[in-house]
Amino acid sequence: MHELAVTESILEIATRHAQQAEAARVTDIYLVIGQLSSIVDDSVQFYWDAMAENTICHGAQLHFKRIQARMLCQDCQGEFELASQLEPCPACGSYRLTVAAGDEFYMESIEVEKI
Amino acid sequence: MTVNRVQVVENILNANDQVAQLNRQALDNAGAFSINLMASPGAGKTSFILKTIQALRTDVKIGVVEGDTAPVTIDADKINAVGMPAVQINTGGECHLDAVMLKAGLQQLPLPEIDLLIVENVGNLICPAAFDLGTHINLLIASIPEGDDKPYKYPNIYRGLDVLVINKTDLLPYIDFRMDYFRQGVEMLNPGLTTFAVSCKTGEGIDAWADWLRGRLAASRQV
Ligand SMILES: Nc1nc2c(ncn2[C@@H]2O[C@H](COP(=O)(O)OP(=O)(O)OP(=O)(O)O)[C@@H](O)[C@H]2O)c(=O)[nH]1
Ligand SMILES: [Mg+2]
Ligand SMILES: [Zn+2]
Repeated sequence: MHELAVTESILEIATRHAQQAEAARVTDIYLVIGQLSSIVDDSVQFYWDAMAENTICHGAQLHFKRIQARMLCQDCQGEFELASQLEPCPACGSYRLTVAAGDEFYMESIEVEKI
Repeated sequence: MTVNRVQVVENILNANDQVAQLNRQALDNAGAFSINLMASPGAGKTSFILKTIQALRTDVKIGVVEGDTAPVTIDADKINAVGMPAVQINTGGECHLDAVMLKAGLQQLPLPEIDLLIVENVGNLICPAAFDLGTHINLLIASIPEGDDKPYKYPNIYRGLDVLVINKTDLLPYIDFRMDYFRQGVEMLNPGLTTFAVSCKTGEGIDAWADWLRGRLAASRQV
């Protein structure tokens, strides 16, 4: 998995925004991750603990908000929640589906302390 | 001491995606059509690139970027041996190529001379799918010995494909590979996906692929 590269990005983004806000320390980081993103929370956390050391993000808590995958059917325009990875539209049986939600992969906000 | 919430809303792979955008521009400016070639280790990526070179070499100049996790030049040497420019990129253990690595690779190639750039990604069915490189199309090679259940087990990579190549068809008599079951899985994830069945050993199916690719190259020259 590519959690190492992902964790590096999280650190870079959080640090840049914290500096812009003239913060002394980052305490919390809120991430939004769709169900279709192949990221394992535990291994990001594992890399994070080591990587954030000696940075403005040291000790910051990572929060993962998981978003349920929703598909849009191209044939009947119906929308449904995806339970497994491979299911047809429950209304019409079509597999012509596009992702309506569940591929999110962004940092929503951070919480920082200012002196 | 005050606690503040700072709104961020930034894509975690934003830095990668911005560099990918630069790569796309560089490729467009040079008039090079580009393919991100993904597959499991040993599926036949390098063999397929060599077959493609053989089929198109009279009129298409092909450049290759070889991604590997180890500092070896085995694959790039094979491409250089047939007279096309190739660079090897060592990902330093990372399981995928990213846009920054490709950018470094592009700088070592004579881009303006190149009509077609093929990027051999690291052998892996999960990670390469998450990183946009800035290439024009995503191609996956699925090979017969890997088994017919791979679309069901690695759905993400199939969803983002523009072309699928089924390689090692010469091995079909020796392996229990249900082509119907495989194709059904693909159809669920990527309906109507352009697919070629080939053997890099016998050359079967390579002509159909080469014709299609010639068509894409001609179309990209017109825009
Ligand atoms: N029987 C058969 N063998 C093939 C075919 N295509 C490739 N091979 C063999 O499969 C093995 C791996 O081929 P490569 O082209 O090196 O595969 P690759 O995907 O580039 O491998 P990595 O770069 O190491 O991930 C080699 O021994 C090839 O000779 C095919 O169509 N049929
Ligand atoms: Mg290879
Ligand atoms: Zn439907």
